[in-house]
Amino acid sequence: MNNFLLLPIIIPFFFGMILMFGQKKLAYQRITALFGLVISIVCAFALLATVYENGPQSVTFGSWPVPFGITMVSDTVSALLVLTTLILAFFIVWYGFGSIGKQREQFFYYPGVMFIITGVNGAFTTGDIFNLFVFFEVLLMSSYLLIVLGGEKAQLRESIKYILVNVISSALFVITVAFLYSVVGTLNMADISEKITEVNQPGILTVIAVLFLMVFGMKAAIFPLYFWLPSAYSAPPIPVLALFGALLTKVGVYAIMRTYTLFFTHDLSYTHELLLILSIITIIAGCIGALAHFDVKQIIIYNIVIAVGVILFGVAQMNEVGLEGAMFYLIHDMIIKAALFMLIGIVIFVTGTTNLRKMGGLMKTYPALGWFYLIAAFGLAGVPPLSGFIGKLLIVQGGFQAGNIWTSIFILASSLVVLLSVIRIFIYAFWGEQGQLSKEINKTTYNRLFFPTMLLVIVSIFYGVGTEWIMPFMEDAAKILTDPSIYNDAVMKGGE
Amino acid sequence: MKTNDVILQFTAKIVFFIIFFYAVHIFFAGHYTPGGGFVGGLVTSCAIVLLIIAFDLKKVQSILPINYIYLVATGLIVALGTATFSMIAGKPFFTHSFDYFNLPILGKTSLHTAALFDFGVYLVVVGVTMTIIQTIGEDE
Amino acid sequence: MEIIMAFVCGFLFMAAIYLILSRSLLRIIIGTGLLSHGAHLLILTMGSFKGSAPPVLADGVTDFVDPIPQALILTAIVISFGVTAFFLVLAYRAYQELKTDDMTLMKGSDDNE
Repeated sequence: MNNFLLLPIIIPFFFGMILMFGQKKLAYQRITALFGLVISIVCAFALLATVYENGPQSVTFGSWPVPFGITMVSDTVSALLVLTTLILAFFIVWYGFGSIGKQREQFFYYPGVMFIITGVNGAFTTGDIFNLFVFFEVLLMSSYLLIVLGGEKAQLRESIKYILVNVISSALFVITVAFLYSVVGTLNMADISEKITEVNQPGILTVIAVLFLMVFGMKAAIFPLYFWLPSAYSAPPIPVLALFGALLTKVGVYAIMRTYTLFFTHDLSYTHELLLILSIITIIAGCIGALAHFDVKQIIIYNIVIAVGVILFGVAQMNEVGLEGAMFYLIHDMIIKAALFMLIGIVIFVTGTTNLRKMGGLMKTYPALGWFYLIAAFGLAGVPPLSGFIGKLLIVQGGFQAGNIWTSIFILASSLVVLLSVIRIFIYAFWGEQGQLSKEINKTTYNRLFFPTMLLVIVSIFYGVGTEWIMPFMEDAAKILTDPSIYNDAVMKGGE
Repeated sequence: MKTNDVILQFTAKIVFFIIFFYAVHIFFAGHYTPGGGFVGGLVTSCAIVLLIIAFDLKKVQSILPINYIYLVATGLIVALGTATFSMIAGKPFFTHSFDYFNLPILGKTSLHTAALFDFGVYLVVVGVTMTIIQTIGEDE
Repeated sequence: MEIIMAFVCGFLFMAAIYLILSRSLLRIIIGTGLLSHGAHLLILTMGSFKGSAPPVLADGVTDFVDPIPQALILTAIVISFGVTAFFLVLAYRAYQELKTDDMTLMKGSDDNE
């Protein structure tokens, strides 16, 4: 039993509540939000250290015996993701001071962000499949609030579709959990993992595996289910977009990763092969979208889809190197996507348009922005020594080990398309003739936006250059993912 | 449009209290039998909605000057507070405790911290329902 | 009993999908409500109908039903209540802003506004 692992979930929740009071006082809202996130980050750091030292920690609510109560489990995988989430939320909230707008700040923007963090961290930490659904709903409810906040026409229109898609996927989630419950008779994830090997009903389990892939794939935006994403994500303002792009799809990816390593390992040749094929098609679809658009937001949004494909390709390999790469790339992608969204947010702020064709020549007026964008773009595409490189290297290595030579080569080739798509923004926006400039540029607002962005890009550089220090954590995470017994033992033992 | 709704208004004044006390009953009955904070909250908001139908939104707002969003936040804090309290006591999150007490009028009563949690749920449900009804109702 | 419930769930899903595919926003919301009802009934069915007494601790009762599906349904009902309520408010606001509740008029990006 270790209650400490709940703090990164409870603290944002608590601060979300107290932020619901005094909604008109801007200074109070801003300071309290940042303060809450800083405390949570400190707790998450301590949690990561504990988990790395002593192995997975768990707590079962209400002193129930283990398979019956709701268990929360923190292993290296979830502790790393929780920490990344909180750090990103800190930067995004900070960035939002300059761009989200007073009206939104006074209408429950900060509680929304706090509750979404609660949901995301809870989903990363929970060890109970139905509780995962509950935390999904927590984060979805707050995302509904954030996506519609401001009430612009496009936001209202897109949020209806977004909610509809998510309501359907939630219903599917409930249905899938019902099927799983009827087969294994338990909801505790560690217990399910053990029961699945005992029940020996591969047919229905494969059906459930595919249903889970659909449910989480809808959130993670994999190939046939990503169509809602580009239009829904283009509606909200940039800080919300950064939050969604960096966190929400990644929760789906994490859930696929968890269920496909912990539960559904009985028929690898079907389930993981399916995952492999879908991830490849996801990458192709994302590449086409990223190259086809001339709208900066859309280009980066389609890059989310590509990254999801790459991570799932790593998961589909089901060997330690591939999973290590997937973990590394997952966190890399969270950081770099947030940074890129923040950067293009500044570009949009400076030029006043999202259309690439109208931009140009920003290198002369904003050289620092240009260079940081270039670093982030190289990081995304995986130019060594930046962070994308190591993740992709490990994923491809895993692919070679599993014997998927051609698909691995394809992943490498897709990096070129990614590079092309983001460099296109660089060429159009920063080179060439002076394009459109917004009339209301204000140097202080620019600095306010630029400073957190710069720091986040520097964090991503450290993540790449400092791989040596991060690797032990990733190896530990991959070990837990490949060997479910570590996770199961920790949960079963934790309740005693 | 002016409607003659004397009977409705007169009835609502009385029925409101009947419904409200029924909600309180359901809330406490939920301790051992079906009922509880969620249903109690819904019934309470039904009572308030009945008042809103009989009179109008502004008048009800002046009778019950409650900021329902604050009510939600308070409810959440109460619920989370009860759950976290056990953390301070060194037990797993959400561990409840109960005991039997001899109260002056009620006699031997079991008091359970789960009732406090349920009270938080009650406040949240009333708050959320009324916020929704107010947002839709305000425009007319 | 399971067979009947399977048909009821199937019917609810059918009705839900029919309503969700229609053009009117209000019908879509009713459809999502039916969808979640179907899902809840499915949980109940999946928990199997064994046992005769309610799962409340009382003396002498040994043959009680599995309480977990009921707990799950309760949670899921509360969540779907919240989502449906939010969806209704949103639909109302959207109707005010966009002056339509027809989904075919709501598609498209900013280009064709």
